[in-house]
Amino acid sequence: MKNILVIGANSTIAHAISRQCAVEKANLFLVGRDPERLLANASDLKMRGATRVETVVADLADHKTHQKYFEKAIAEFGFLDEVYVVHGFLGDQVKAKTQLPLALEIAEVNYLSVLAMSTALVPLAESNKIGSVAIFSSVAGDRGRYSNYVYGSAMAGKSALISGLRAHLSHRGVHVMTVKPGFVDTRMTADFKKGPLWASPEKVAEDVISSLQKQRNICYTPGFWKLIMMIIIHIPERIFKKLKL
Amino acid sequence: MKYSSWGQLSKVDSTQGLSLQENAKNLVIGNLRSYGDVCLNQSGHVIDSKVFDNLLSFDDKNKILTAESGITFDELLKFLVPRGYFLPVTPGTRFVTLGGAVANDVHGKNHHVAGNFGNHIEWLDLERSDGSKWRCSRSENPELFHATIGGMGLTGFIRRVAFKVISVQSSQIDAETIKFKSLSEFFAINEESKHFPYTVAWVDCISNANGKAKGCGLYFRGGHSEHGELKVHGAPKLSVPVQMPSFALNPLTMRLFNFAYYNQTQAPLKKSTQTYQQFFYPLDGINHWNRGYGSKGFYQFQFVLPFSAGVKAFEPIFDAITLSGQGSFLAVLKTFGSIPTEGMMSFPMEGITLALDFQNKGQDTLRLLQRLESMVVEAGGRLYPAKDAMMAPETFLKTYPYLSEFLRYKDPNITSDFFQRVIARI
Repeated sequence: MKNILVIGANSTIAHAISRQCAVEKANLFLVGRDPERLLANASDLKMRGATRVETVVADLADHKTHQKYFEKAIAEFGFLDEVYVVHGFLGDQVKAKTQLPLALEIAEVNYLSVLAMSTALVPLAESNKIGSVAIFSSVAGDRGRYSNYVYGSAMAGKSALISGLRAHLSHRGVHVMTVKPGFVDTRMTADFKKGPLWASPEKVAEDVISSLQKQRNICYTPGFWKLIMMIIIHIPERIFKKLKL
Repeated sequence: MKYSSWGQLSKVDSTQGLSLQENAKNLVIGNLRSYGDVCLNQSGHVIDSKVFDNLLSFDDKNKILTAESGITFDELLKFLVPRGYFLPVTPGTRFVTLGGAVANDVHGKNHHVAGNFGNHIEWLDLERSDGSKWRCSRSENPELFHATIGGMGLTGFIRRVAFKVISVQSSQIDAETIKFKSLSEFFAINEESKHFPYTVAWVDCISNANGKAKGCGLYFRGGHSEHGELKVHGAPKLSVPVQMPSFALNPLTMRLFNFAYYNQTQAPLKKSTQTYQQFFYPLDGINHWNRGYGSKGFYQFQFVLPFSAGVKAFEPIFDAITLSGQGSFLAVLKTFGSIPTEGMMSFPMEGITLALDFQNKGQDTLRLLQRLESMVVEAGGRLYPAKDAMMAPETFLKTYPYLSEFLRYKDPNITSDFFQRVIARI
């Protein structure tokens, strides 16, 4: 019975991951902000087969909260086989370009909160309390683009953070994987028009869980994004800056 | 976001959100399997209930399952079947949401013994646009309970539903298929089949001779097997990838289909064991089958006539459909039983119901349907809002006697294109 910590458990993708873990009878520890959603999600996971489900309500933008829920998770389960860090906030790029509070919020929730989380994670990883970790970044972090650079830059910082953590913790036998989804049909993207490149949360969850088990370093999901981004990052800057990608 | 309903007669555009807004034209939508405009909300604000799709609890002693309204019957079956349970009532597709099933008070092949889905609900939780929350059941807020069942989503946001399930020994169905050559044969077989929990007929709505409909078809009846394993279905394997050109469905191809379909069995009676997918959801096996009707879409027309009007009233309507040559090959015939509905606005009544598609050929189709509509009304029958895209306001007023009572419970900030087209104009 695996012990699994899901941070940002109310997110569509996180719940898809939790559901697939529940079917495998995992013990789940969920951290989320909306208490009503958390309870409903926990009930669902118990129905689907989870052996145990514990929950903690937390605002992940509160930097002091990470220490607290990690402590509770370790107290409940002792050892965390897998940790999924899934929370994120898209924000409105058009507004964020000029509105200071929104721009900062995008950076706080997407990057700074994960940095804060890492300061609580590292000591636990170093003292053999953690098996492996999957942290969600995004293809948007592979290059700062015209259409969403505020979010993209937070993701770029996060990708570098995760990469560094991977190197550091690999010396301790703890695997850290970067997850880079492309377009996924979730609550966060409800307003977008969907097309053939869009993936379901269930497909992403499947990819992430199996990639973590195979100890991959970077998981582009779906896989074709690796090729797309390879092309995008190699477009010479003098051309790229003229595009409105 | 832009979307259309299953009949694809039109596309609407609306904003989207996660909760009812005050002073807005809200509508909560499910999986958009209704055919007409009961789930459309042009220039309004829609809430996609599918986001809220959690299973919540299962009381296996009393066989009561509770879930959020956005979960589909497909997902419910994946939970229930392996545990030896089944849905109490199911429509012809499993891709409806729980909320949608309540809002349309859906019925199925077992109406004559089990009534509608609403008959099996223990309670539901409703949220209204003023922020109020209501637990509704036969004893708590009963009027709101009866207004919400079959209430087309107009009373509020159905959040959670608790309903009774049935026990089954296996996921198989012991089925029988009987050929019939005329409507009177259908009614005779139907009389003899009342003890079967599930009965329905496919009827040929195209073949005719000497100015009268042939009325031949296949009668399907069955019940849950005592033997066999409890196995869940797989995903649909076939798909209609793009809109078919409208000439793909024409009298010739439909005649060919009808001939092949009717003659799939040579014997007058054939027994078989089917999976529940095969018996209940044959069309679900083809993704996007509605695209087969082409880009102009199609009307689905379903009516019920009371037994008091009888076969005498049914036959001229059936003749009119068949002789028009416009009916499609997917035509379902069934009799409804006498279990009273729980919803003020529920469609079924004890009598004969026929449901079929009409490819949208513009004015010709509309005129035919209006003629059929008046024949149905004259015989004391009515049409089904979940399927309707054309009925007149006067028809609705005349045939749904609890309308004014129902409107007392309508949420002032919820509306739908059906409401605007039919009810608001009364």
